[in-house]
Amino acid sequence: MLLVTCPYCGPRPEIEFHCGGEAHIARPAEPAGLDDQAWSEFLFVRTNRKGVQAERWLHQHGCRRWFNALRDTASDRFLATYEMGAPRPSAGGGEPR
Amino acid sequence: MRRFSFRTLISEAFKGHKGWERQWRAPEPKSSYEVVIVGGGGHGLATAYYLAKEFGIRDVAVLEKGWIGGGNTGRNTTIIRSNYLYDESAALYNHAVKLWEGLSQDLNYNVMFSQRGVMMLAHNLHDVRSFRQHVYANRLNGVDNEWLTPEQAKEFCPPLNISREARYPVMGAALQRRGGTARHDAVAWGYARAADAMGVDIIQNCEVTGIRRGADGAVEGVETSRGFIATRRVGVVAAGHTSVIMERAGVRMPLESFPLQALVSEPVKPVFPCVVMSNAVHAYISQSDKGELVIGAGTDQYVSYSQQGGLHIATHTLEAICEIFPQFSRMRMLRNWGGIVDVTPDRSPIIGRTPVPGLYVNCGWGTGGFKATPGSGHVFAHTLAKGEPHPINAPFILDRFRTGRLIDEAAAAAVAH
Repeated sequence: MLLVTCPYCGPRPEIEFHCGGEAHIARPAEPAGLDDQAWSEFLFVRTNRKGVQAERWLHQHGCRRWFNALRDTASDRFLATYEMGAPRPSAGGGEPR
Repeated sequence: MRRFSFRTLISEAFKGHKGWERQWRAPEPKSSYEVVIVGGGGHGLATAYYLAKEFGIRDVAVLEKGWIGGGNTGRNTTIIRSNYLYDESAALYNHAVKLWEGLSQDLNYNVMFSQRGVMMLAHNLHDVRSFRQHVYANRLNGVDNEWLTPEQAKEFCPPLNISREARYPVMGAALQRRGGTARHDAVAWGYARAADAMGVDIIQNCEVTGIRRGADGAVEGVETSRGFIATRRVGVVAAGHTSVIMERAGVRMPLESFPLQALVSEPVKPVFPCVVMSNAVHAYISQSDKGELVIGAGTDQYVSYSQQGGLHIATHTLEAICEIFPQFSRMRMLRNWGGIVDVTPDRSPIIGRTPVPGLYVNCGWGTGGFKATPGSGHVFAHTLAKGEPHPINAPFILDRFRTGRLIDEAAAAAVAH
């Protein structure tokens, strides 16, 4: 089980959290202008990186707030957690393995 | 290839079993091949076998970064069934079951396919209605499936606890009698041996590090840890690492990779006659011919390539197993492990062309690809040989995520696949 550091509550066991998948996927500003291919990419296509990726987490059985995290998917190690809306920290880079 | 037969077995027994030879070669990669398969698991090896056998394409290399069958082929719970809800899925998985039924003879290798029956338990009214719908839909598609009362389920699987006081009461079960198990390693080895005998090069310890594309965008070859290999056709069958490989060709996929866990107990005498699955509590269990209880658990909630998974996932499954089969509560577990499964948004596989000319993909089997191994290899070989899909895998193209023609087995089959 992972130890997840909520930016509001501190370190808590993973079972308190829900992982919301890849972060920083912005909803298209003008949905009506999108063609099927662009919609498909927004809805379904994911980076699925082996290495450092940014993802959304919800402290479901805690403060019930969403936050973002940088995590290495090869080792499961968390590199940083940060508040929603904040830019992705440079820590860990983001180079694929 | 020296064929296995009763005669060779007897003659080897008298010679102290010293005459058995290597079952497949360990060739150096050639500078070019007609077709290159990336990934030496069951699906990749089956693809190579059917390319050689059905389509006469023998200039084929299977590139495996580790050893063959060392990924999900050696990590699954070996369950085979085809009771999927939708017509497209039923056709695909039943195609595989039909091939399973003659596979040992076809390969001249005992894959220990055992049609001991797969029983799916219903624990609540929703399960009952959903499974009965499955039973009727399956029958219309020519897939055997039948509904059992709790007493009939108990008769088919005596260890089952059908007490009304149980934590997860059994309200009935759907039984596919043609379902069962096979020996997973033997499937990889059998396909490897038969493909090798027809001239396919199986190259282990050879990692694909890049996919080279020409000025027109078409595939020209693959960069590997053992040098460049030229080819015009590449079939990527890399399961959990599909996104990683495809990124090297500049293609982004509708996939996420999760660890799926399984575990085995200490071996005991035969106590469990069939396969039992419970979607509601996410547990499935059978007994291997070695005597171990083989137990499948769930996936972790986050993307990971770690091949481990959280212990709380396995704990949850074991707690449920002990409620449904109380006599197993004192069994000791020997090993647990994870395999990285590539999951699509609609929980159905992707088999077909990609936007890159010459690049084909067979992926997205998610938490249940082993059962489809022969069928998957067969239709993918057809796709690679002809350049267009077999009628069975035509609905499973990558483009369905653009057109919206999804095959939503996620909603149809709850969680377990």
